[in-house]
Amino acid sequence: MNALNRRQRTRLLLLAAGAVLLAVTLAGMLCRERAMETDFSRVNLAPGLSCLFGTDWMGRDMLARTLAGLSLSIRIGALTACVSAAIALALGVVSALSRAADALLSWLMDLFLGIPHILLVMLISLAFGRGFVGVAAGVSLSHWPSLARVIRGEVLQLRQAVYVQTARKLGVSRLRVVRRHLLPHLLPQVLTGLILQFPHAILHEASVTFLGFGLSSEQPAIGVILSESMRYLTTGRWWLALFPGLALVGVVLLFAAVGEHLRRLLSPSSAHQ
Amino acid sequence: MSLEARGVSFRYPRRGRRMILEGVDLRLEPGERLGLSAPSGRGKTTLCKLLAGYERPTRGEIRLDGNPLPGGGAPCPVQMLWQHPESAVDPLLPLRESLYEAGPVEERLLEALQIRPDWLRRYPQELSGGELQRFCIARALGPATRYLLCDESTAMLDAITQAQIWRFLMEESGRRGLGLLVLSHDRALVERVCTRTAELGGGP
Repeated sequence: MNALNRRQRTRLLLLAAGAVLLAVTLAGMLCRERAMETDFSRVNLAPGLSCLFGTDWMGRDMLARTLAGLSLSIRIGALTACVSAAIALALGVVSALSRAADALLSWLMDLFLGIPHILLVMLISLAFGRGFVGVAAGVSLSHWPSLARVIRGEVLQLRQAVYVQTARKLGVSRLRVVRRHLLPHLLPQVLTGLILQFPHAILHEASVTFLGFGLSSEQPAIGVILSESMRYLTTGRWWLALFPGLALVGVVLLFAAVGEHLRRLLSPSSAHQ
Repeated sequence: MSLEARGVSFRYPRRGRRMILEGVDLRLEPGERLGLSAPSGRGKTTLCKLLAGYERPTRGEIRLDGNPLPGGGAPCPVQMLWQHPESAVDPLLPLRESLYEAGPVEERLLEALQIRPDWLRRYPQELSGGELQRFCIARALGPATRYLLCDESTAMLDAITQAQIWRFLMEESGRRGLGLLVLSHDRALVERVCTRTAELGGGP
C-alpha cells in the first residue's frame, strides 16, 4: 500500500466509487422491465439464491426493483444537483458583483435556509404537480442557497485580489474578468459542492416520495418501495425494506466519499499531499 | 499636462477614523521621475492607489491633465506596479495569458526586460519575484500608459536585477515621456534614479 502515495490512492478510490455508481445506474436502466414484471407463482419469497433480495407480494424481484429505484434516484440526483449548482453559481456571482442584488439574494438565501428542507421540497413538489417534474423542481430549487453562499464569499474575496483589480485597470472588460479570473478559481468549489449535493438530493427525493408527495406509485423508486414495504413489515417480510434501505444508504455514502475525495484532490491546501 | 493630487485626504472606510493621508499635494509631469520617500505606514501605497484610481480620496481630488481619471472599461493612463508581483498575476494562468491580458505587448519591451520566451508557458509559482515583476512592467507599459507608479517595486530584488529594471525604466521614461513616481525607502536609489525628490509629510 505504501507504493502508492496519498494522491494516487485518493484517485483510485475516487475512480472505484465512480465506477460502482455508474454500474448501478446502468444496471438499473436495464432492469426496468424486470422490475415491473409480476409473477404470482413466486409471491413473498424470502431472500435466497434464486432471488437475492427476495420478492414482494406481487412476485416482483426486489433486486431488480432496488436497482431500478437507485438508478432513478441517481438520475434525479444528477439532474437536480446540476440545476441547483448552476443556480448557485449564477446567483452567487451576481450577488457578489452587485450590492443591490446582494441585499435581495442574501435575504432569499436566509429565507430558504430558514425553512426546513423537507417541507420546502414537499411544497414545491406539490406546486409543480408531483411526479418527476415536481420532485426535480422541489429538490433543485431548495438546495442552492448553501452553495450560493459559499460562492458569494469566494467571489467577494477574489474581487479584492490585486490581479483582478489590476486587470480592470488595464482595461479588461468586466465579463472577461469573470470568465478568466473568477470562474477558474470557483470551479473546485462548484464541482465539490455539486457532488456533495448528490446525497442530499437522493435522500430528499426518497423521503418526499416516501411521504407521498413525490413520484407516482407505479414507478420503481426507492421512496415508493420503502413506503409500500412499511405495510408488510409487521407481517414479518423484513427483506422488503431492509435491502432497498441499505442500498440507498450505500449509494449515499459512496457519493459522499466521491465528493470528499474530489475535494481533497482539488483543494489547494491538500492538492499536493 | 500632468498628474496631480490636490489637497488629497484619505481614510479607509469602515476601518477606524484615522486619516492615512491629510492634505497631500503632488504634481507629476510627463517625462519626470519623482522620488518620494517616507517611513513605513505613512500612506505611500495608499497614495499610489489613489493616483491610479484604485481608491477615491475622502477629500480633495486627483486630476489628469485637469480632468478626473477616466473610469469604466478603458485602459487607465496611470498604471501602478505593486510591491509584490506574486499577487498581481493570476496564479491559475500561464504568464502568457497574464502578459497579453490587455492586448499585444511590444516585442521590444520583452527583449529590453530580458523576458525569455520559454517563461511565457510557465505558471507564476515557477518564476521568481524579479522575473514576475518584469512581466508586470511589460504588461503595464501598454500604448495608453503615460504615468507609472512604482511602489517599492524593486525592494525585494537583488542588486543586479534592480539595476537592470531601473535602467530600463529610465530609458523608457525618456523615450516616450513617461512620468515615473518612485516610492522607496532607499535614498541612494531615489537620488540616482529621480530628477526630483519629495517627502511625504503629514500622518501621525
